[in-house]
Amino acid sequence: MSPPLLSVRSVTMRFGGLTAVDAVSLDAEADQITGLIGPNGAGKTTLFAVISGFERPTSGAIHFAGRDITALRVHERANAGIARTFQIVQPFAGLSVRDNIAVGAYLRHRKRDAALAKAEAVAQAVGLAPLLDQPAGALTVAGRKRLELARALATEPKLLLLDEVLAGLNPSEIRDMLPVVQSIRAGGVTVVMIEHVMQAVMSLCDVVVVLAQGRIIASGAPAAVARDSRVIEAYLGHGASERMRAQAGEAPHA
Amino acid sequence: MLKLDIFLSGLANGLLIGAVYALISLGLTLVYGVLHIINFAHGATLTAAMFAVLIAHSVFGIDPYLAILVLTPLFFGLGYAAQRFVISPASHGDDSNGLLVTLGLSIIIENALLAIFRSDTRSIDVAYAFSTVEIGNLFLSLPRMIAFAGAFAVSLALWLVLARTDTGKAIRAVAKEKAGATLAGIDVDHIYAVTFGLSAACLAIAACLLMPTFLVNPRIGNSFVLVAFTIVVLGGMGSIAGALIGGLFIGVVESLSGLYFGESLGQIGIFLIFILVLLLRPTGLFGARA
Amino acid sequence: MKTAMTQATYWPILLVGAALALLPLVLTTNATLNFLTFAMIITLAAQGWNIIGGFGGQFSFGHAAFFGTGAYAMALLQVRFAINPWLALPLGTALGGCAGGIIGYLSFRARLRGSYFALVTLAFAEILRIVANAWGFTGAAAGVLVPLRLDPVQMQFNDRRIFYWLALLLVVIVLGASRAIMRSRFGAQLIAVRENEDAARALGVNTLVAKLSALIISAAITAAAGALYTQKFLYLDASLAYGSWISVDALLGAIIGGPGTVFGPLIGTIVLLGLGEVTKTLFAQLTGGALPGVDLVAFGVLLIICVAFAPRGVIGAVRGAVGARSATP
Repeated sequence: MSPPLLSVRSVTMRFGGLTAVDAVSLDAEADQITGLIGPNGAGKTTLFAVISGFERPTSGAIHFAGRDITALRVHERANAGIARTFQIVQPFAGLSVRDNIAVGAYLRHRKRDAALAKAEAVAQAVGLAPLLDQPAGALTVAGRKRLELARALATEPKLLLLDEVLAGLNPSEIRDMLPVVQSIRAGGVTVVMIEHVMQAVMSLCDVVVVLAQGRIIASGAPAAVARDSRVIEAYLGHGASERMRAQAGEAPHA
Repeated sequence: MLKLDIFLSGLANGLLIGAVYALISLGLTLVYGVLHIINFAHGATLTAAMFAVLIAHSVFGIDPYLAILVLTPLFFGLGYAAQRFVISPASHGDDSNGLLVTLGLSIIIENALLAIFRSDTRSIDVAYAFSTVEIGNLFLSLPRMIAFAGAFAVSLALWLVLARTDTGKAIRAVAKEKAGATLAGIDVDHIYAVTFGLSAACLAIAACLLMPTFLVNPRIGNSFVLVAFTIVVLGGMGSIAGALIGGLFIGVVESLSGLYFGESLGQIGIFLIFILVLLLRPTGLFGARA
Repeated sequence: MKTAMTQATYWPILLVGAALALLPLVLTTNATLNFLTFAMIITLAAQGWNIIGGFGGQFSFGHAAFFGTGAYAMALLQVRFAINPWLALPLGTALGGCAGGIIGYLSFRARLRGSYFALVTLAFAEILRIVANAWGFTGAAAGVLVPLRLDPVQMQFNDRRIFYWLALLLVVIVLGASRAIMRSRFGAQLIAVRENEDAARALGVNTLVAKLSALIISAAITAAAGALYTQKFLYLDASLAYGSWISVDALLGAIIGGPGTVFGPLIGTIVLLGLGEVTKTLFAQLTGGALPGVDLVAFGVLLIICVAFAPRGVIGAVRGAVGARSATP
């Protein structure tokens, strides 16, 4: 079995007195979609920040494609093949959609024509082709999320970190986005996604990792994780798991 | 010992002027702490205040110390109006726009003063300009001692306003967490304007304290303000204690280096400290996030 | 949809250049020629500012540091080292670029942004002014005088139009260079840094290198303007070279014309200087004498009005009025 594409090794991230990430170790296998879930404040986005290089971990290491990349800076990691989207979208508001995506494309394509062609291709793949000449600031939330995705894809990453790419979308927009994420994986890109929309996690992810208060409390197949009592407690509170079982036992069968 | 006396004299003078530097810096750090913009018009405002003292004295015969009573509310109003009716609407909430607007104001004020007063250096003549007070072996300038006392009094008053009054608490709230303050019913635009007004008022008082012993020309504000920037960056943007301690420190540094190395090198020394602090520790000794 | 036709994008620059080149044939008085030459020099300085401030979004309040370096280099290389001005010009430009490199490296390495960057550039310019004013090598307070030698070999021409055309040539070259930057990978990355530095980093842009390169190019261009200034007026002192007037003019020219556009600095400088002349004449008539600084007051007002109502400058305002919504061509 080949080594995992991404290997987070006992990463701890402390901000002053607050431990946001506590000795977290997780692996993401190539060509898989790994889900990262957990209640708000669990440390998921902080973990993404450490993996992408925006934060240096207090301790621990990040290994990617067999290399220790803990010392690499953000743009060097992008070069190595790690791309990320941001929880709060960060479009280049003053530029057109095409030019937004082109910035990502320029990473691998030095010439303008090649970069613009790549941008157009990515826009097609993501469903933004009709909006190529619109200013990014004029897009809807769904459009901006796709733009965020397209920009990251244009850098031709091996690993894509999606931070709540479905947040703020209505159900039909979510339904439209799912096949896009699947096609990304089909294209050979490994995905790790932070998500709160459970239906998406269940249908997209091969593996789910649960983070609560900075620690991993469960990991495995989506269905198993969903039933795990520790996970239920983390989301619904102490004793919730017991109550749910009790209620299920008392309720008349449908 | 003669040398010790010279040193002590330099030290004492440094402290005296340092307090006034601190007063000048207070407004700058307050505006940054609350509005999170650097007011590039700070220097020009000080120059305008100094000219105002000049006019009050030469045209109306008002003693600079008495002028405090008139100029403080006047400049408070001007600062309030500038923020409320010019800076805030023009910036549309964008900090880099705010930068440009305060730059624009500084250009307007400084050159308007240049057009009105030409570039001659002037000063006012008051009877007590050269009076001295004897402390131990040292002869200290009386106006400078008054300035020292005045600066401390105003700093204390400002601190009390911030700590004890409702407006002061509102100011601190807005500085810490604007959204929360709005939710608590605080009129942020008003508070921003009040902060600006306080900043200008401090400058008016500083001008009154400075004029008996200083010269004024349209560019004078700039030299003071670069010192103020150094102090604020050293003490930490947004920190009042930092401005005070930084002011005294810089005052002493300037005085002693002027004594031992000569005027022009002393000026460069301050700039170098400024750049070094910006490059090495932009948050300053006491400040919050840069 | 705009296609990337190389020829089409440079024609407007050549046309504008040709039109400006023909001006001296129509406006022939010495005073006008001096004004036009001065305008070209300021335009060049503003074009320099535009690279780091307009494209890069990093507002420098101390571009005088580079203008003055180029100006003093031009003066001192001729006067102290007997170097020919045609050689001193590129040398001065390069020296300005070095100054940009030093200031840029120190500032960007320290992660200075926004107001802090503006402050530090202001401080550097002031330090240079103080040093130049005190140092014997730069002539101290008396300044430096470049001897009058009306000889094309010494870059001094009997016919004033020639110097105008020389300055215009540099402006046109930089217009072309700005266009090329906008259409290049470097330009796209620089603009990305301006729009959102963190997002740019995440897309693989080395933001330190981008900003530093931009500042070096910016400084070199503005230094060239300074060198031309020396050669035109043949006298230089610390306040002329490193004074805040040129920091303000360079910044205003770019911002008012349209930051981050090719023609912005040119248009902005014309508007600015035109406004300055109008204001000066107006007040001179009203008060019966020249009022120093009154044109600058108008500049300050114009800046505030521009920021308030036309943040993208004249070019942005015109584009908005015409309805063209696409951002970068």
